[in-house]
Amino acid sequence: MNAEDSTMIRFNQVNKWYGRDHHVLKNISLEVKKGEVVVVCGPSGSGKSTLIRTINQLEAINDGEIWVDGVQVNSPKTDINRLREEVGFVFQHFNLYPHLSVLENITLAPIRVRKMSKSDANQRATELLERVGLANKRDAYPSQLSGGQQQRVAIARGLAMQPKVMLFDEPTSALDPEMIGEVLKVMQGLAESGMTMMVVTHEMGFAREVADRVIFLDHGEMLEQGAPETFFQHPEHERTRQFLRQILAPMHG
Amino acid sequence: MLHFSDLQGSLPGLWEGMKVTLQMLIMAVVGGMFLGTLLALARLSHNKVLAAIGGAYVTYFRSIPLLMVISWFYFAVPLIIGWVTGTNRPIGAFTSCLVAFTMFEAAYYAEIVRAGIQSISRGQMNAAYALGMTYGQTMRLVVLPQAFRKMTPLLLQQSIILFQDTSLVYAVGVLDFFNVAYSKGNITGELQQYILLAGAVYFVISFSASRLVKRLQKRMTV
Repeated sequence: MNAEDSTMIRFNQVNKWYGRDHHVLKNISLEVKKGEVVVVCGPSGSGKSTLIRTINQLEAINDGEIWVDGVQVNSPKTDINRLREEVGFVFQHFNLYPHLSVLENITLAPIRVRKMSKSDANQRATELLERVGLANKRDAYPSQLSGGQQQRVAIARGLAMQPKVMLFDEPTSALDPEMIGEVLKVMQGLAESGMTMMVVTHEMGFAREVADRVIFLDHGEMLEQGAPETFFQHPEHERTRQFLRQILAPMHG
Repeated sequence: MLHFSDLQGSLPGLWEGMKVTLQMLIMAVVGGMFLGTLLALARLSHNKVLAAIGGAYVTYFRSIPLLMVISWFYFAVPLIIGWVTGTNRPIGAFTSCLVAFTMFEAAYYAEIVRAGIQSISRGQMNAAYALGMTYGQTMRLVVLPQAFRKMTPLLLQQSIILFQDTSLVYAVGVLDFFNVAYSKGNITGELQQYILLAGAVYFVISFSASRLVKRLQKRMTV
């Protein structure tokens, strides 16, 4: 296999500004291989959410290239809707559709976008709900679920499109502590099944156990990246060390 | 006390008038909400031309009296239709009034729908886009159903106002409920009685509908 084939996501010299002065992404170049799990961390305002949102163009970029599975996402020739079908996205605040049941939340896009038959979509949704442990909630509405349950439904909704990549934008930040584990477990299972994943998170336990690589972002710059062992034990930059101190022992940072 | 010489005999005519009123109301509500939704989408569009057209339309129709629109359309609509179709067929006061109400009310519905769309969090749109939905699908399947649900009480209140405003078709001779009552009064020489009766009917219907909407609103916010 050549290098091109095994790459799922590639950033090439990507820059983004908000307005004229706020440079949110500075010359980002990185690659995510197929089946790889990459955790992105960094202080708030470092641009990590923006970074992950540029991959499916929920945020446009000003300069550079982003490729997903051999398709340049920021090219005007690319059908961005087609591309988004292949890229699952999980939001911090779940963003389930409140007017639809759990089952309808999951089947809406497969039926309307993928043109799947209703019975196939229902069957697939039921399987996915079993996978995230919520088979009994298929007829409930989002407002009747806990945060952790909503986020697991949101993951199932993303998976229903059978994407090549799953992106997670702080999936556990809005959750009560006792619900974080159930969501991380689902994500871990997904990683073990071979899904390519990019995860913005502060859950360093997840990074240590599940990630293949950890990326540290500060002020829009990718300061360092490495395998979890090296990243946590021998961080190169002072900023990284400071961040890890703050996040691992907030009282003594 | 109000005295009617032959109220019984007038009832069938009044009922016919009420049917015209309700027909006008329902068709104008449906047409007005449809056009209003398109206007709201235009106003919120990133396309500056579309947004400007939507904005100008809404501002214009909200700044002129309804009676003027009705009288003006009574003359203008047949001319325009004749000019477009190349025929000279008269289209009738009912149709020209219906067009006037639809276009006038659309400006008010547009503002309600626009507020409804803006009240739906950006995250809902992003969630739909992230799954590959187009703008049309996002609006139709995700945003508008939620916006309409939130705005139902306001849309109904506006429709109650429209119900009262339909009596203005009197100006161009459409035989709606009010106009029938008015002519019955003229014929029998009991004009005051008939106008008071018509007023009572409008009041009872509007007031009860308004109370129903308030109850609906309470139930929806709980």
